[in-house]
Amino acid sequence: MPGSAETKLKVDSLSFFYGKTRALKDVSFEIPERRITAIIGPSGCGKTTLLRVFNRMYDLVPGARAVGTVLLDGSDIVTTTKLLDLRQKVGMVFQRPSPFPMSIRDNVAFGPRLLGWNKARINDVVRRSLENAALWEEVSDRLDEPGTSLSGGQQQRLVIARCLAVSPEVILMDEPCSALDPVATLKIEDLMVQLARDYTIVIVTHNMQQAARVSDFTAFMLMNPEGRHGELIEFAPTATLFNAPSDPRTEAYITGRFG
Amino acid sequence: MRRNLWRRFSSSFAAGVMYALTILALVPLGLVLWFTVTKGLPSVANLEFFLNSQRPSGIPGGGIANAIVGSAVIVALASLAAIPIGVLSGVYLAEYGAGRWANWVRLASDVLVGAPSIALGLFAYALVVVPQHHFSGTAASVALAILMLPVVIRTTESAVGLIPNGLRESGLALGLPRWRVSLQLILPAAAPGVITGALLAVARAAGETAPVLFTALGNQRLSFDPNHPMSTLPLVVFRDALTPYKDLQQEAWGAALVLVVMVLFINLGSRWVLRRQIRLARQL
Repeated sequence: MPGSAETKLKVDSLSFFYGKTRALKDVSFEIPERRITAIIGPSGCGKTTLLRVFNRMYDLVPGARAVGTVLLDGSDIVTTTKLLDLRQKVGMVFQRPSPFPMSIRDNVAFGPRLLGWNKARINDVVRRSLENAALWEEVSDRLDEPGTSLSGGQQQRLVIARCLAVSPEVILMDEPCSALDPVATLKIEDLMVQLARDYTIVIVTHNMQQAARVSDFTAFMLMNPEGRHGELIEFAPTATLFNAPSDPRTEAYITGRFG
Repeated sequence: MRRNLWRRFSSSFAAGVMYALTILALVPLGLVLWFTVTKGLPSVANLEFFLNSQRPSGIPGGGIANAIVGSAVIVALASLAAIPIGVLSGVYLAEYGAGRWANWVRLASDVLVGAPSIALGLFAYALVVVPQHHFSGTAASVALAILMLPVVIRTTESAVGLIPNGLRESGLALGLPRWRVSLQLILPAAAPGVITGALLAVARAAGETAPVLFTALGNQRLSFDPNHPMSTLPLVVFRDALTPYKDLQQEAWGAALVLVVMVLFINLGSRWVLRRQIRLARQL
């Protein structure tokens, strides 16, 4: 599956700071288009921080600052002033399912409506997004019920549909299954594999089995014990990283000797 | 064994004292309700009390329609000004209020909450009544709006603050501008809490006497025009109770009962809305 793919996101010597504290140092790797890239590593290694650079979600944190470049199709994310365009292109699914307090339909239509799309297009996009998020069959007869009435797994798929509705190119997922039961987790994983036909997916996960199951490429991160900052240890096709890691620390982590 | 007994005794003694003091604290509330209800009931039992305006002592059939209308008009005008401004300020404080400027706004609204309401009345008198050379409902609305403002601001701020951050981030992650996320996603999610605050502010404004004393002044006749002097329920209570006439004193009790019941219902309503807010916030 990995094979050849265009680069979607090119991370080049990226460092990240929360005020004076360094959280990431010199991260460089290339995320291929229409593939699933997993970022794994123990807690506190900067996985989520790295993910939040890709849609500039860190802008909300006072004093947070990225240094280096991250190119999305060749244009720099770190310095861009077109934040809204960036976030429309780079969607995000969070750890806790967060349906908006409104109907299922309105949840999906919310983004398109605020972006001013016309009604026919919105109706179309609601259906298509729910279908693509593998939720349509379960909710097609109750689109007007509140999004919070769905189960956890359904809520997470609703959030994915909401994210698809504004037609992103990249979807960032921050531990999307950690609040879900195994069956719901499997559904989301199947969905990810399907979505990877059309979208570039970057997933942060604690769960190594999940990374091994769904991803095409894996990045392994670790906290540097001296500098107390996260760094990228190894980035490789998933099969290579799990079967023949080139760094002893990667091997130690995936064989469960720490982390 | 004996120590155990002593512990049990001192524990139940302490609990007993607390119960007794709690009941003592509730006594005034109960007495206020008892007095207004028993004394006010004879007035309220008469439908004319709600339909007719005030009449001089000795003329039967007097009512407080003028005061009910006056209270409604003055409080409505005050709400029209205070609620939108207060809600937007509250959203600002909760969503953007990290800097020094926001802390000044917080301090100012806290000071305003504690400001004596007679001072607010005086302010409105100087600001509106003096330049216009006459008392008016509008002047009272200005005073009451200032009174309501800090209540609305702070309750809105805390209601918006209850909304989990995940909702905000999810909205922003769709590529929506921050102000639209604040106003079209976060504020609707916090709506019940915001409404609660607005209702509490309305209840407080409806019960105030001092700010309307020398702004609305009072008016024996029914008037819908806020550019003229108007009466309000607390004003009727205040003025009638001071007269030596039994029938007007009775009218005062009736007006007090109407006021108490109104405020009670607004408060109960706000509690009901607030419970919904808390339930909703848990689901998010």
